[in-house]
Amino acid sequence: MSGAIRVLIAKVGLDGHDRGAKVVARALRDAGMEVIYTGLHRTPEEVVAAAVQEDVDVVGVSLLSGAHLTLIPRLAELLRRSDARDIALVVGGVIPDEDVPVLRDLGAADVVLQDTPPDEVVRRVRAAARRAA
Amino acid sequence: MFDPEAIERTAAMRRDWEANELREFLARQPEARAEHRTGSGLPLRRVYTPEDVAGIPLEDIGLPGRPPFTRGPYPTMYRGRLWTMRQIAGFGTGADTNARFRYLIAQGQTGLSVDFDMPTLMGYDSDDPRALGEVGREGVAVDTLEDVEALFDGIDLEAISVSMTINPTAWILLAMYVAVAGARGADLHRLSGTVQADILKEYIAQKEWIFPIRPSMRLMRDMIVFCAERMARYNPVNISGYHISEAGATSVQEVAFTMANAIAYVEEVARSGVPVDAFAPRLAFYFVAQADFFEEIAKFRAARRVWAKLMRERFGATRPESMRLRFHCQTAAATLTKAQPLNNVVRTALQALAAVLGGCQSLHTNGLDEAYAIPSEQAMKLALRTQQIIAEETRVTSVADPLGGSYFVEALTSRIEAEVHRILAKVDELGGTVAAIEQGYFQREIADSAYAVARERASGERPVIGVNRFVEPPEAAPIEIHRVDPAVEARQVARVREVRRRRDGARVAALLDELARQARDPAVNLMPVTLELVRARATLGEIVARLRETWGAYVERPVF
Repeated sequence: MSGAIRVLIAKVGLDGHDRGAKVVARALRDAGMEVIYTGLHRTPEEVVAAAVQEDVDVVGVSLLSGAHLTLIPRLAELLRRSDARDIALVVGGVIPDEDVPVLRDLGAADVVLQDTPPDEVVRRVRAAARRAA
Repeated sequence: MFDPEAIERTAAMRRDWEANELREFLARQPEARAEHRTGSGLPLRRVYTPEDVAGIPLEDIGLPGRPPFTRGPYPTMYRGRLWTMRQIAGFGTGADTNARFRYLIAQGQTGLSVDFDMPTLMGYDSDDPRALGEVGREGVAVDTLEDVEALFDGIDLEAISVSMTINPTAWILLAMYVAVAGARGADLHRLSGTVQADILKEYIAQKEWIFPIRPSMRLMRDMIVFCAERMARYNPVNISGYHISEAGATSVQEVAFTMANAIAYVEEVARSGVPVDAFAPRLAFYFVAQADFFEEIAKFRAARRVWAKLMRERFGATRPESMRLRFHCQTAAATLTKAQPLNNVVRTALQALAAVLGGCQSLHTNGLDEAYAIPSEQAMKLALRTQQIIAEETRVTSVADPLGGSYFVEALTSRIEAEVHRILAKVDELGGTVAAIEQGYFQREIADSAYAVARERASGERPVIGVNRFVEPPEAAPIEIHRVDPAVEARQVARVREVRRRRDGARVAALLDELARQARDPAVNLMPVTLELVRARATLGEIVARLRETWGAYVERPVF
């Protein structure tokens, strides 16, 4: 991997809680990454299309609606089917502990839960990008 | 507040104390920190004296039940009537939530509050592809009038007030509520409650929107005017700071941004020719109770004073009721942690006490499981018991505005008031609330505050017990968690399809055409045709989809 890590921060589904997504976007940007934020209410299709078009290293998806087990499988599947096989998927938000291994099995490189300090999020996104490269 | 001679004596006393007791004590035991600030960043003194309140006119403090209402909206406050204990509930189908309502009423709850699922909030039917995975999950699913009938089945709507947390689709839910109550023979003027319907804070903070700002404001006007004419006791809007705070704003910003939105609504309705004194008495507010105990109490007092002065001076209101700010309060969900969840009970109790000392009219206390899922029955019962203990055991309800006259609380109240006016002047400079939203002003300010808080939590400067202080290894499932019934989605989808099959489809189609026609004329009030639509069993998604064709959708330019 050469140059700055490129990250797409995405909100999928109908949930409008974007406080965490925006704090993470800013922390990653302050850490020197190139960050694109999709805005709210995106479909998995829109997120994957943006990730491919922007040629990102990491897609960070935030959900606080509880719909992660519906939306993340679809997103992971679309990412797998896209040409961009080396994009790491990182999931964040309100996720019950027992769903973390489920999301990892679906292909999430990492699952970052609430109250994770910004610097640790930066570290883990960097690690996910490195593993995917 | 004091005569100059008294202030002089106080100043002399303070100087003497600083030179003696204080100086000697600091020499022995220095203070842990040089500087103390409120949660909003306002500087705090070591101790407050009459000097700090010397400039506050006595009339600004006044008495409860008299403008500017700093000390409370009613003369007797909780001696006359306790605040309404209003725990929000919503999950699954109307029948599921109805069972939770009956449980909460049996536990002593005195008002109802409905939480809707994301598809209902955003205007999609349960069988829409965009609704997949979200039906009945974060709230109750409502597609047609029959869902609202099930929701309130067996509940006397003239006897209990109902608050509905709904925004871009609020006018449809208001129509459904009116239709259900009307069909049961209720007198609309006897119905009490609130529909949140505060669309501007959606663009600013909560981010549940459908239509562009202009037609959304028109829908709000339609609701306010409809209620002013037909529902004497109903609040057609709950102008909300809560979500602004939860998105990251400071308490000062919360009040200022909420007031900016309120000003925009008053201007919108007044522009249509309705005099302010005809509708302002029914405007209601909704604030958070955050963690900073005294700042919150001062915030509620300051908000009442700001509103009273705005209504009198800016809008020329003459009725005291138009200047009287009444508010619902909810403890701060974003302060609750996943780690050591039992601590959340204590946080919520302290925040609830601040709400009560600040004079709230109704209160929701959060469940200890907030950071896990929507609340379990047990968590809601404990949260309700927290309110009941404050109400019946602590005796804080005996005296109206018990902190009135505190040098500190009065000084902080005036400081917050001044800060709010400073921000409102800035909004006016930007061209008003809508222009400021379009320029991303509020959104940027909130993002900055949220980021600052995240940094302070990470550095430990803002302590959070169990997260950055007194951390323990995580426990597996320390509390009972609400589980979503996986069959709910299919059940709800079957319900809406069955209603569509049974209804008079031609009549619904004709009414939808009529809706589109009326929507193109901004002078028409859309409430009557919406009432006809819901009675004819048009779905929420159909009504929204038709208006989206006419008005388009809002597109945000996000800032971070």
